[in-house]
Amino acid sequence: MRAAREAVDIVFDGATKRYPGRRAPAVDDLTFSIQAGEICCLVGPSGGGKTTAMKLVNRLVELTSGDVRIDGRSVRDLDPTELRRGIGYVIQQVGLFPHMTVGENVATVPRLLGWRRDEIRPRVDELLDLVDLPAVDYRSRYASQLSGGERQRVGLARALAADPPVMLMDEPFGALDPITRARLQKELLRIQGEVQKTIVFVTHDIDEAILIGDRIAILREGGRLVQVDTPERLLARPADEFVERFVGEDRGLKRLSLTTLAEVELDPPSDIVTPTAGAETTLRDALSLMLSEGSRSLLVLDADERPRGVLTFDRLSELLQ
Amino acid sequence: MTDGPVIPDFGQATSCVRENRLFCPGWVSDNWGTVLQPALVQHVKLTLIAVAVGFVLAFAAALLAHRHGAFERPLAILSAVLYTIPAIALFQLLVPITGIGVLTVEVALVGYTLLILFRNVLEGLRATPPEVREAAHGMGLTRRQTLLRVELPLALPAIVAGLRVATVSTIALATIAAFVIPEGLGRPIFTALRDNFFKTEIIAAGTLAILLAVAADLLLVLLQRSITPWASARRTAT
Repeated sequence: MRAAREAVDIVFDGATKRYPGRRAPAVDDLTFSIQAGEICCLVGPSGGGKTTAMKLVNRLVELTSGDVRIDGRSVRDLDPTELRRGIGYVIQQVGLFPHMTVGENVATVPRLLGWRRDEIRPRVDELLDLVDLPAVDYRSRYASQLSGGERQRVGLARALAADPPVMLMDEPFGALDPITRARLQKELLRIQGEVQKTIVFVTHDIDEAILIGDRIAILREGGRLVQVDTPERLLARPADEFVERFVGEDRGLKRLSLTTLAEVELDPPSDIVTPTAGAETTLRDALSLMLSEGSRSLLVLDADERPRGVLTFDRLSELLQ
Repeated sequence: MTDGPVIPDFGQATSCVRENRLFCPGWVSDNWGTVLQPALVQHVKLTLIAVAVGFVLAFAAALLAHRHGAFERPLAILSAVLYTIPAIALFQLLVPITGIGVLTVEVALVGYTLLILFRNVLEGLRATPPEVREAAHGMGLTRRQTLLRVELPLALPAIVAGLRVATVSTIALATIAAFVIPEGLGRPIFTALRDNFFKTEIIAAGTLAILLAVAADLLLVLLQRSITPWASARRTAT
């Protein structure tokens, strides 16, 4: 097994992309950095240049001016083919090779890099297990024999195959049904917990960005960056009206969904309070429960169903101030 | 090489042959080794050479058109024009250049395979879904690797489909090679037409041509199944 590689940072430094014959740039003077091992979501309306900005990183789109540096090295100085083999790439339509088995698909980049057969095989199995597709069952299947969610799991395994320090993901769950999408979002976070990649994640769905992103970069028409911040700060302090509208009128509720009952200070427990909720419940769901039960407080139980404390309506609104 | 008897040798012939009944199995078994089998073997050779040469030319042309779109139209027009020339006229046109021989026949037969093979190979190369091409590009496959590892394998069903049509039509067309050279299954047919319309020989040779076409088609279908296992993989997604 090859040693896992350290995550690296990505710096956009005045990165600009103009297409000939168009007045407005697709990406306009983009300057911000993505820290090693974080998921940075690029969000914005269509025409915001988020996919273009992502493709500047692996040079599927070439810079017009400015620079993008990965681990301090300008992408301009790297051979595009070599560069791409070192960056995991996941797209919405997956693009599995239909004539190859799942195992062969996952082995694509290791093969390009000239890994030995006896290195590739265990790596493929390890990755399939990582994305929760047992290798014995799935290794020999073709893409046509997989469901949409399974295909994207294979796409993810294929992108991770050569253990690239950077991953680019372009609306990877956009074509999936809501249940499968939610499951894969969770899986991605679990996998990221194990692999610690630097991930550029493009989505138009602000809720997905809030759930997935360590930080969120909001781009608007003309490829201009409006704000880069953690989900919490983005919801609490939108930089301008555009961001405010983009994150939605319900940004207070969205903020509540970022925190669970386990993370807040509670009042001392009391037996007479109902309803009850587990500590893993989000504040948003807790509020919803209080509203539907017509109660101004809620008893929080720990994993053993023992009372842990009481959350009051007033405490909730304090948290949002 | 003699051109066979102009008049059937009625002296030794059975009554079936003498009366020129619809089909005389006795004649077929008597003349298998001397007339029909050699004609069949020649026919297979004519077809194999024509399809092989046609495939190489069409494949090269399709690769060129795939890489440089500007070549597509001229190549498509050229192959279409070749296809529209009536075979017998093409033989006549070629004889002054290539002489009376196998070359003339093969040039014509190859000419007729080009249209279908060129179109199918090119269509096959373009059958790669755009997202598959994008994934290949994004993972760092070079153009050449994309062609060899992705586009060509995915083109196989269309390529084999083209080979099937080209092979079957060449088998049919090769019967008129007998206009130029005394070879192939066309020869016994022509002889029989001259010999008072000898039905048994026409039917025997014609049937052999049909069986050959069916057998060749079947072989190519089996070939395709074995080289494109993904195409027949059953959907078992849950």
